[in-house]
Amino acid sequence: MADRSPLALWRGFLARPNDDRGKTIFVAMLVAAVCSVFVTGATVVLRPIQAANRAAETQLRLEALVSAIPGMRDLLATGGDLATVVVDLETGMAARDVTPETLDAALQDPANYIALDPETDIAGIGARPRYVQVYIVRREGRVETVIFPLIGAGYNGPLEAMIALSGDMNTIAGLTVTRQSETPGLGARIEEEAWQSGWAGTEVRDPAGTMKFAVARGPSVSPYEVDGITGASRTGRGVTQMVRFWLGDNGYGAVIDAIRRQEF
Amino acid sequence: MRPPLRQTFLTPLIHENPVTLQILGICSALAVTTSLDTALTMSVSLTVVLVLSAAAISLIRQHIPVSIRLIVQILIVASLVIVIDQVLQAYLFDISQRLSVFVSLITTNCLVLGRTESFARSNPVLPSVVDAAGNGFGYSLILVVIGSIREIFGKGSLMGWPVLPTVETGGWYTPLNLMLLAPSAFFLLGLAVWAIRTILPEQAEPLSHQPPDHPEAAE
Repeated sequence: MADRSPLALWRGFLARPNDDRGKTIFVAMLVAAVCSVFVTGATVVLRPIQAANRAAETQLRLEALVSAIPGMRDLLATGGDLATVVVDLETGMAARDVTPETLDAALQDPANYIALDPETDIAGIGARPRYVQVYIVRREGRVETVIFPLIGAGYNGPLEAMIALSGDMNTIAGLTVTRQSETPGLGARIEEEAWQSGWAGTEVRDPAGTMKFAVARGPSVSPYEVDGITGASRTGRGVTQMVRFWLGDNGYGAVIDAIRRQEF
Repeated sequence: MRPPLRQTFLTPLIHENPVTLQILGICSALAVTTSLDTALTMSVSLTVVLVLSAAAISLIRQHIPVSIRLIVQILIVASLVIVIDQVLQAYLFDISQRLSVFVSLITTNCLVLGRTESFARSNPVLPSVVDAAGNGFGYSLILVVIGSIREIFGKGSLMGWPVLPTVETGGWYTPLNLMLLAPSAFFLLGLAVWAIRTILPEQAEPLSHQPPDHPEAAE
């Protein structure tokens, strides 16, 4: 009589020759199942910590950006007010039914993305979200500074940054890079304060309204340029395109116009 | 007769170093050695993956069907790499951002599959783990040396601490940008291979052909 207990079945199974077809398939399935349990477990268990890391990083950079803008600390200390607003890039107004709390859920929905064709997609991002969270600093009802998040493509991978524009919506007050994977020591120097400090006071458009901003190849020679980084021209071009896209008509253009008309 | 464990561990450090003798795993050795902390993190990650995958594969070695053995090994290695990558992203966020894609690429590191295929698959767990650790440390040794040299001469610092005062901070040292680019790792690795093979001539490979200009050399 064959023993039919599971343990005996298991033993009998292991005793089968290794080139047995049934054993081959079973071993493959078993290894795959065990591995997927490990991978899924690690991903699920660690996801909250990773999300917290990312959020903390972004918050830290935002605070650093705000405090690096000349006079901003005093402004906030003397009655200035930093507000978080979700804007609708289609209308240029504050979003009606999306709040900072529901923004993540809204961005899960592919319907809230607009695919970009190659001519307009100068920043290399493929699709642009409809809702973005921006930060507006007001004083006595007047918009002093607006901080816009930016995403783009660098030399080695995606770029994420935040740019602060002064109330005239043309003068850059500061920039901070929140995510990059550029070449260490070359393109990665866009993360350094020394480079970012050169952004304050740079203008985006000339008086005629033409987009002029660029990361120069070498030292900047006009009020519309910031210094380039030697050996990182592709990263510089990525940053230029990212800023031009987001501050242009396909990015925050409608929002910037609305702020200029003092509708915020 | 299996060699003693001590020898299994020590041989891969210099005498059979996986990077300088077998020239395995050099893609990552070139990419992550721009500074010492990334080189160290990469070394630890690779050693952990190597040891755990060697243990797992050695444990089930009697039951791996020959026809699918490479798939089974890669599956185990890849799963371990994903787990390590997730752990790094959770607890060493800064460094994981700088290592970016290279941790995931441990999966395709010839060194890992090389050891599991040639050693762990045919040896008991303990020697396999010791062999994996030895190879992991051999790899780490090269990465740490190259990483230190590149960081010192490329940025004037070590682990982020200033060593050579750079011109930018008012010192005298002008950082060598070349050291931060991949070719410099090639040069350093080549010099290391040269140095080791000069000291240990038995590692040098015979010439595969004679240069045509010197026919008299071919005896």
